[in-house]
Amino acid sequence: MFELSFIWAGIIAFAVLTYVILDGFDLGVGILFPLAEGEREKAMMMNSVAPIWDGNETWLVLGGGGLFAVFPLAYAVIMPALYMPIILMLLALIFRGVAFEYRWRTERWKPVWDIAFFGGSIVAAFMQGIALGALVQGIEVADRAYAGGWWDWLSLFSVLTGFAVVVGYALLGATWIIMKTEGNLQRQMQNHAWWLGAGTLGFIGIVSIMTPFQDPVYFHRWFNLPGSIFSVLMPGALLAAAWALFTGLKAGKDNQPFLAAISIFVLCFIGIGISFYPNIVPPSLTIVEAAAPDKSLRFALVGTVVLVPMILAYTAYAYWVFRGKIDPAEGYH
Amino acid sequence: MFDGMTAETLARMQFAFTVSFHIIFPAFSIGLASYLAVLNGLWLRTRDKTYLTLFNYWKKIFAVAFGMGVVSGIVMSYQFGTNWSVFSDKAGPVLGPLMAYEVLSAFFLEAGFLGIMLFGRERVGDKLHMFATAMVAFGTLMSATWILSVNSWMQTPAGYSINDLGQFVPEDWWQIVFNPSFPYRLVHMVLAAYLTTALVVGGVGGLHLLRNREDAPARRMFSMAMWMLIVVAPLQILAGDFHGINTLEHQPAKVMAMEGHYDSHPDGAPLILFGIPNPDEKRIDYAVQIPQVSSLILKHEWGAPLDGLDTIPDEDEPPVAIVFWSFRVMVGLGFAMLGLGAWAAWRRYRGRLYDTPMLHRAAMVMGPMGFVAVLAGWITTEVGRQPFTVYGLLRTSDSLAPVAAPAVAASLLAFIVVYFFVFGAGTFYLLRMMNKPAGTVHLGLKDGPIRTAGITPIMQTDPDAIPGE
Repeated sequence: MFELSFIWAGIIAFAVLTYVILDGFDLGVGILFPLAEGEREKAMMMNSVAPIWDGNETWLVLGGGGLFAVFPLAYAVIMPALYMPIILMLLALIFRGVAFEYRWRTERWKPVWDIAFFGGSIVAAFMQGIALGALVQGIEVADRAYAGGWWDWLSLFSVLTGFAVVVGYALLGATWIIMKTEGNLQRQMQNHAWWLGAGTLGFIGIVSIMTPFQDPVYFHRWFNLPGSIFSVLMPGALLAAAWALFTGLKAGKDNQPFLAAISIFVLCFIGIGISFYPNIVPPSLTIVEAAAPDKSLRFALVGTVVLVPMILAYTAYAYWVFRGKIDPAEGYH
Repeated sequence: MFDGMTAETLARMQFAFTVSFHIIFPAFSIGLASYLAVLNGLWLRTRDKTYLTLFNYWKKIFAVAFGMGVVSGIVMSYQFGTNWSVFSDKAGPVLGPLMAYEVLSAFFLEAGFLGIMLFGRERVGDKLHMFATAMVAFGTLMSATWILSVNSWMQTPAGYSINDLGQFVPEDWWQIVFNPSFPYRLVHMVLAAYLTTALVVGGVGGLHLLRNREDAPARRMFSMAMWMLIVVAPLQILAGDFHGINTLEHQPAKVMAMEGHYDSHPDGAPLILFGIPNPDEKRIDYAVQIPQVSSLILKHEWGAPLDGLDTIPDEDEPPVAIVFWSFRVMVGLGFAMLGLGAWAAWRRYRGRLYDTPMLHRAAMVMGPMGFVAVLAGWITTEVGRQPFTVYGLLRTSDSLAPVAAPAVAASLLAFIVVYFFVFGAGTFYLLRMMNKPAGTVHLGLKDGPIRTAGITPIMQTDPDAIPGE
């Protein structure tokens, strides 16, 4: 029988990927917030994500809650190992989350909440990148518990992945704004998207080259069959996505750059999946080991199979209701 | 600041602090979401503008409170792992799926329809907008259902077995979800949320009636809130009584601490109204008590024997003083709510509901008391569960993550600073909004059409109409 735990690993991976893409672009909007010229553009940027950001962040809760539900051991190992980055990410998300409401409720403190929106977004993105890097480096496990020190997550590699995620999210944010706005703001973001795109690809290159050296297992997976097939395919697919991004920008397309940026993220995510499999927490905790008993997996799966398609449907509906370009005149009056 | 404390104490402080802050927002938003659905329904049915005014007023307040609930809730979903990873590993197979269901059936529903409820009326039409409003309210109730099932299972575990890794393994999901204390706790908490919201609405109504007793929306909200109090407060006292009897059956030590019964009473136990718990001597000093009444309340029988904490091993005893006091705060406030509701009902009967300033002042004083009662109630039940996380099975001291005290101390300090700053500011904005009459067009600085505001439908119908860059 096909292992339930692998189905669940797929579902959790899907939730995390959805989170990265959805909250990625709205965190990216926060990261780019200081580049807005004047109150009008700030309002446009914030309003472009305001109706959907809390739905986006719910995927993060699903990632955490889902891990707790079906891979309790992985959850119990990862959280203490990444204690500081996780706590800092949560605190940062608090600041940027409340800024959506607070900045409209005060004149005097508006600049404070603008900084909270920017600072919270960039710190949350950076910490997520660090968490990713620390996970790729590997987490020391002994006796069903985290066995490392509480600074283990910090390394040159994890800082690098931190920057990579910040730049990548900013690219998603810039292309999102290109899609949702017109005029000066859109033109500015088209310019920024060029160097953000180049930066993202640069970071992907460096991280990809460094990853196989984090653990010999990665090296083995990527340079032996069947992994080596991906080693050939991935750069090609990435180049195609990059080509779509830059030609879309050059032609002034509305949607193409955003879709291209998303596909870059999807490809990277697949790459990380190849590196990890069959582990859920490198270097030693496997998907099967970390899984909850089958009864838990089955009970949770029944509802998930029904509810996730419904969630996707009404989330899509909410995006559709608020589709189209932002009307700057409506944003603040 | 936290020198000499163990990681366990600090982690417990951190959990108590973050969860106490968090519960304030759901306690308000569960009731307010239902109230908004009622207001919107009444507006659509009667086309009485006052209902629409009230809907638009409270929905902006809801948006701010809900945002604070979301961000403080994300913290909760990760804190089980960061500070209580052994608990997560052991109880995850049972509790994790319930929490996953909460996310899937409640959080997404709320987040998905919130934008439409707040700003989508013109875009989707009245009917779909009403549907979205109802979905948000339904989502808050679903969320309460699942998370109270989780908490109740920790209080009265059922339907599980324990495997050789020491994990709780599900055996019967029906028994797990509908564990013995769950129905009582759910009813008690949902009613508490409704009371909390009614008190806030009544307090705001009272404030604006004191300023202008002809203020139509203020009259309407005050009247609705007072109706709610007189109906729900008695029900809540009844529900609390049932909940208490259920607790006596499954967690007797908690009830002993609540009652202050250090000693067993084979011939009927007195109700200790007040007194000062003395844990060293194991007695209540200066106790003011009524003979037999405790037996009457808990056993519904004169002279019924009740065991005391002398029957419980010391290492299994909850901290008595905290539970004893928090329980009295909750019960006292419950009766104060009933009193306010009864007073208002009497003034209404005399046709003086809107011109009794003392009543309006009393409603203002009671405005925040629902939050106090909710916190006191949760402190009673959670501290009363100690020294266990899963009652009788997993000790709190055996649930902790392998984290170092300085790490927990640093994060606790960060949470305290950030929460007081962020949620202090949020509370200030909420109070400032409530301070304005319901008819105010711009509640905030500029009535920010925060969410959808910017994204208008005009665009699709006539792109040329958009003002340029």
